[in-house]
Amino acid sequence: MSASIADLKLRHQFMLALLLVMLCAVPVLVFAGEALDYRLKARAVAPGVWVVEGARADFAPANGCNIINTGFVATGAGVTVVNTGPSYRYGQQLRALIERTTPEPIVRVVNLNQHPDYFLGNQAFADVPRAATPATHAAIARDGQAFEDNLYRLCGDWMSGTHTLPPDTDAVTGSETVGRRRLEWMELAGHTDSDLVLTVDGQVLFAGGLVFSQRTPTTPHARLDAWRDSLDRLGALPPMVLVPSHGSVGETGAMAQTARYLTWLDTRLQAAAEQGLDIPEILRLPVPEEFSRQAAFTTEYPRNIVHLYPRYEQAALRH
Amino acid sequence: MQRRQVLGALGLLSAAPCLAQEQDPFATLGWPELRREFLAGDEVRFDTRVNVEGPAFAEDPMNVPVGISAEALGEDVQQIRVIVDRNPIRRVLDFYPGAGVRPSLGLRFKLEQASPVRAAVRLRDGSWRVGGALVDSAGGGCTVPGQTRRDGSWTQHLGEISARLFARDGGARLRLRVMHPMDTGLAGSIPAFHLKRLALRDGTGRELMRMDCGEPLSENPVFSFDLIGQPPGPLRIEADDNNGNRFEGAVAS
Repeated sequence: MSASIADLKLRHQFMLALLLVMLCAVPVLVFAGEALDYRLKARAVAPGVWVVEGARADFAPANGCNIINTGFVATGAGVTVVNTGPSYRYGQQLRALIERTTPEPIVRVVNLNQHPDYFLGNQAFADVPRAATPATHAAIARDGQAFEDNLYRLCGDWMSGTHTLPPDTDAVTGSETVGRRRLEWMELAGHTDSDLVLTVDGQVLFAGGLVFSQRTPTTPHARLDAWRDSLDRLGALPPMVLVPSHGSVGETGAMAQTARYLTWLDTRLQAAAEQGLDIPEILRLPVPEEFSRQAAFTTEYPRNIVHLYPRYEQAALRH
Repeated sequence: MQRRQVLGALGLLSAAPCLAQEQDPFATLGWPELRREFLAGDEVRFDTRVNVEGPAFAEDPMNVPVGISAEALGEDVQQIRVIVDRNPIRRVLDFYPGAGVRPSLGLRFKLEQASPVRAAVRLRDGSWRVGGALVDSAGGGCTVPGQTRRDGSWTQHLGEISARLFARDGGARLRLRVMHPMDTGLAGSIPAFHLKRLALRDGTGRELMRMDCGEPLSENPVFSFDLIGQPPGPLRIEADDNNGNRFEGAVAS
């Protein structure tokens, strides 16, 4: 059966409309490409040591899930990258930033702990060794897929093309001399099962997830006792430029601030369990302003309680 | 009546405290069916005096903490039915508070996806009063095996009950936990295995409250209840599950 003239006309109009839609879509795509720019900036905190600061907020489409402070160190024998950010796109933009900032080649990436924004940019560093502690390797193998799913859900297009490229070598612990640098790696715990900390020439301290500056700590894998012990050890180090993974850089009071919050949380949960409170009741209790004004408090505090309270209440019920 | 007067009257109506209404505040498509299935044939009103407190987001979809109180409805409460619109199994539990127990409870449940969580409160006259809270979620609470099912440790503690009384003005808070995997039957090749009935009795054997438990209650569920006055001790808990297991526990005070 042959198509009538009216059919052909309709088809012609449809093709024209389709063409128009496609023409309009081109600038939209270009615009979307520009919009997904993290606008990363390298800030020198010591000669040859840079920090790339994330938003002091919660994972959100507005910040592309970039809430982490990453960093990189030019050693004279290549660049060591500290954490790779929340997405493949972030990793690519971080790599471009490093290449604009220093002529040294990138020779190593280190993922300080198991959380997604520490390693989801690894794909952009597929050609260099990617180091993490054995406990972090195991946790990424176990939870990587779930982390990935969660960030796709939270930040959508920012994540396109991202998949977990796990670390592939064991991190050094202890002292090492690389080029003209003395790097000291300490494996602590408490924020996660393995929290790697780096000091550079005794001048800069990359404290990873153990220190939150003006930002409510996250606790999905936390053990408060171990965390406070780790903070005591960091507090005993000589003063350095402090680079927490989340929150403002260079705030000397941030370690004590994190410790105060964890102590307060521990005391509150202990008391609540002994009074027989349930979670919604705890969430109704007043919070000291010092903590409630921290960034991301309204989303992070209820998460803290849900993560941590079951251990306290079970201990109280076994009483 | 003049148009202006009608508008004025409407304004007055909306300014008055609107405690009960017929309109679903969450306006979900599934509500009419939910109502037919779970609140059949009776008068149903949405009522702000039924307070449901839940988190804005389910951080752990297998353990969503909610607090429910119908105290503002007075002494008429016979039953509290907890239902979740978008769960594959929607009835979480039925709670019958009895004379010595306040019409309020705390519980944890499994949430499959973002949904209103509703408490339907049955009054002495047979009518239902409904309150609710919206909980967002990344999903998956009902269709994955629990921790103790995954590592096989549930067999070591099945049916263990921990319960404790905490002093309160004019009564006591009872918190309890029952070790049970609470399998929904929706996780691959694991049949439904869950608590059915749980009752609290005083020292004379009188039943103070009971619950009919559904699959969506969390693994090793934790509950909070409030007792009125000091019932004669020792308090005892009795429970059973859908495989016919019976469990008993004492309440520490």
